[in-house]
Amino acid sequence: MFSFSSIDQYHSSLQDGTATCLQAVEHYLQRINAQMHLNAFVDIYADEARTRAAALDLQRQSGRPMEVLHGVVIGIKDVIAYNGHKLTAASRILEGFHSIYSATAVERLLEAGAIIIGSLNCDEFAMGSTNENSAYGKVLNALDETRIPGGSSGGSAVAVQAGLCMVSLGSDTGGSVRQPADLCGIIGLKPTYGRISRYGLIAYASSFDQIGIFGSTIADVALTLQVMAGADDFDSTVSTRPVPDYTHGLKEKQDKPLRIAYFPEALDHPSLDPEISQAIHNLLKNLQAEGHQVSPVSFSLLDHIVPAYYVLTTAEASSNLSRYDGVRYGYRTSKEGLDINELYETTRSEAFGTEVKRRIMLGTFVLSAGYYDAYYTRAQKVRKLLFDQTQLIFKEFDHIFLPTTPSTAFRIGEKTTDPIAMYLADIYTVMANLVGIPAISLPLFRHSNGMPFGLQVMSNRFEELSLLRISDLLIDRQLKP
Amino acid sequence: MEVTEAMIDKLSHLARLRFTADEKGQIRGDLERMIHFVEKLDELDLNGVEPLIFMTDEVNVLREDEVKGSVSRDEALRNAPAHTDTFFTVPKVIKK
Amino acid sequence: MASNPAYETVIGLEVHAQLLTQSKLFCGDSIAYGAAPNTHVSPVTLAHPGTLPKMNKKAVELAIRMGLACHCEIERHNYFARKNYFYPDLPKGYQVSQHTTPICKGGHITIRTEAGGERAVRLNRIHLEEDAGKSLHDVLDTDSCIDLNRAGTPLIEIVTEPDLRSAEEVSAYLTELRKLVRYLGVCDGNMEEGSLRCDVNISVRRQGDARLGTKVEIKNLNSIRNARRAVEAESRRLIELLENGQPVLQQTRSFDAATGTSFATREKEDADDYRYFADPDLTPFALEESFIDSIRASLPELQEQRVQRYMNQWNLPDYDARVITDDKSLADFYEEMVNAGALPKPAANWMLGPVKSWLNENDKEISDFPLSPAALAAVLKMVDTGALSFSAASTRLFTHLLQHPADDAAVAAQQLNLIQQSDADTLAPLIDEVLARYADKVTEYKKGKKGVLALFVGEVMKRSKGKADPRVTNELLLERLKS
Repeated sequence: MFSFSSIDQYHSSLQDGTATCLQAVEHYLQRINAQMHLNAFVDIYADEARTRAAALDLQRQSGRPMEVLHGVVIGIKDVIAYNGHKLTAASRILEGFHSIYSATAVERLLEAGAIIIGSLNCDEFAMGSTNENSAYGKVLNALDETRIPGGSSGGSAVAVQAGLCMVSLGSDTGGSVRQPADLCGIIGLKPTYGRISRYGLIAYASSFDQIGIFGSTIADVALTLQVMAGADDFDSTVSTRPVPDYTHGLKEKQDKPLRIAYFPEALDHPSLDPEISQAIHNLLKNLQAEGHQVSPVSFSLLDHIVPAYYVLTTAEASSNLSRYDGVRYGYRTSKEGLDINELYETTRSEAFGTEVKRRIMLGTFVLSAGYYDAYYTRAQKVRKLLFDQTQLIFKEFDHIFLPTTPSTAFRIGEKTTDPIAMYLADIYTVMANLVGIPAISLPLFRHSNGMPFGLQVMSNRFEELSLLRISDLLIDRQLKP
Repeated sequence: MEVTEAMIDKLSHLARLRFTADEKGQIRGDLERMIHFVEKLDELDLNGVEPLIFMTDEVNVLREDEVKGSVSRDEALRNAPAHTDTFFTVPKVIKK
Repeated sequence: MASNPAYETVIGLEVHAQLLTQSKLFCGDSIAYGAAPNTHVSPVTLAHPGTLPKMNKKAVELAIRMGLACHCEIERHNYFARKNYFYPDLPKGYQVSQHTTPICKGGHITIRTEAGGERAVRLNRIHLEEDAGKSLHDVLDTDSCIDLNRAGTPLIEIVTEPDLRSAEEVSAYLTELRKLVRYLGVCDGNMEEGSLRCDVNISVRRQGDARLGTKVEIKNLNSIRNARRAVEAESRRLIELLENGQPVLQQTRSFDAATGTSFATREKEDADDYRYFADPDLTPFALEESFIDSIRASLPELQEQRVQRYMNQWNLPDYDARVITDDKSLADFYEEMVNAGALPKPAANWMLGPVKSWLNENDKEISDFPLSPAALAAVLKMVDTGALSFSAASTRLFTHLLQHPADDAAVAAQQLNLIQQSDADTLAPLIDEVLARYADKVTEYKKGKKGVLALFVGEVMKRSKGKADPRVTNELLLERLKS
């Protein structure tokens, strides 16, 4: 009976012959089939995964050393390009489209021996927080199928939550990895902006997007990050800073007391579920008692970050989505007798969902003549303020603790009528994207309503190692009562 | 601020989107609420603050002038909704 | 330009020049001209989902090179913005351009006016941007065809201030600009192939009026001649409107080369709101001094420097030097001839005479000239040694070699029986014959009528069937007549 608890454990069982990659793939395919109603996957590469698994097994059996992610079964969010495979962004406008190249991140995973088992469902063009905005239908939270899994990387979160793959990739522009990780009770990491190449990641908001990782252990997440991170010839904005050895670094003992900051405005915000607030307050108190430095830091901009986020991301998105016009690829309307502008309008209106259209309209508005300074430039200034403030905080502290999301997973359909209510739920996650710092959601808690919720930890730019270490510590602490 | 139908028409033309009469009412309401929401930024005093334009640290990123990476015409046309052997096709465009 | 002196025509030009790089501005597709449609494309050019741009270093260098040559301020800090609009040959739905922060500001290009003086035409800016693809409307009946080979080709846009005042000045500016980009190796300046394209912004006002009139834009002029004609026609049209008290509409117009008139394509009011914002997929540029210095140090020699060099090094007259260097390729050819052993002044004569005539008659560029500089130098050598007369060389031998460029010049000259007789022994009997025949003229000569010498030379030439070297004949005759 195949079972998986971590990549390390999996590789040990491959080595000692108690498992094969093919067994692993069959195991996951079975589980996927048994849980199709969760609707986590858009496309399943069953035969391909089997073939690859068999080849990897042969490779190992012939004595070749295993690559770092040998046989690791991974699902990728349907916004990440994989050569020869459908890429739809969960949108009708990319119906039938097959990518003719692979994302750098995917190429690196494959070079490291991973098996890509399928593409994962999400909100259309990564716009949404509930995975109810997909052209392929909503995704269900495996812990309570009447509830949302979160979004936009809902499928990626459920895939790991429900044991449909070992590790999955999502994308995080305003919380789309951390929030579903929180609502599904797993680990979700958004790296520093520029840590992982964006080449092959369908752009939503170019200065916010990052590929993110879902996993069930910190070690797994660290290893996957290790493989994908680093400079890339195809992305001008990717960082050229060297990538630390996260796996090795995690094994080193750290004894220094931690310097942790938290925002009282955030923990005592009226929109935050009191149980979540309490749990985090308690954790902070306990850490302080254990000798770590825990301090409140004032954060007056809290109520302005979501508006700033929506101005800037919708502006970038309105431009990034112009290429979906029915000319070179994807959906084109079947209506006849249209001139070119009518073709654009009809194609885009027929194939984009409502939320996507809303955001394109808002983005077009904030960039338009006469409004640019009042909205777009202002929001850029708020971003600068926030960036500077954050840098000051990290001069004195190593980590910031925040909730990930104001509530646990709510019911499907509960929030679809009011976009603004949805946007406000991003209040804790958008900060990391606005200032480009790494952030992780850790599944530390359980609500009295039975659903999980997490803690969000943020570190300074390119301090993933520090972030992963404290994450490891906190999860370990959790396991010991 | 109030969102007029004229504004919706202008923005949807810029974005090449079209709304039915019903949809227009809906999007007008949505946009109005969204704009009202982001107008919260007006409360802040941003005098003397420079806009943050780039999120990346990197500067002067350039590549060598080399020919590489092209795909075949077949591959290029493979995903096209309308094409000949040679070209992508669209309804005839009035000359610019 | 025949114009109404009561009015002044004010013109500014925007020229787009395709840069001489190997690959596109943001990806590695080739930009070589003439490829089959849609074969120089990649996911980046096709604007496939998830693709990103990466800037071509050579394009930046060429833009700076142009800026330095035009005495512009090189902006150390600049970035690229997105110009958002929809058009089928614009794959991303936006063009990436430095419209808002050009890499070069100010500067000027000096033109020679018809009156013979010089005038500096001020530039507003030079900036980098990517070209769009091509839409072909005549291939199919109901559809337009899109070719994306050109999409992403690096361009610089060179914008003047509204400093030009006539069609002649427009022509002079474009000629100078074309020469400059070719000298710099920045662009091949080929307007027919579209590597240099010109948009004209033109308005008219009453003489003495300080305000500018309403501006009309004429786009995509593809030859200097058409630019000139367009400016003439438009100036007339605008003046006529003003004379008749009619309003000038701010429009974009196209020039119909067949009729010599312009027609409106778009009302400017309809212009898109481009919603420019800094492209977040590219990094900003903070150009280092050392980078700019190295480009400055490697600036190719410009025309003015060459003219001086020809005058100083080879004693060429100003006129010769200037005409030869007007076309860089012609000047390169000339220099190669001299390096192959041809004497500078005779070589210049050949360039300005027989070579240029042939090029003009056949409507060709020096790059199409059948003979190599070395081959032509060999011909000149034979004239220099006296083996051939200039006349025989520049007419009969020249014509033959142009048709049979592989032939050796000396061999061909022999076969064509062009080699001059300069051998005294061969010529002596002919001279004897002539002097005997014209004994009375000999007497006249000895009495002081020196002019008959020419008759003697002519008669010797006749008897030798034109092959006698006139110079040597002359000398021999003088010798003989002394006695």
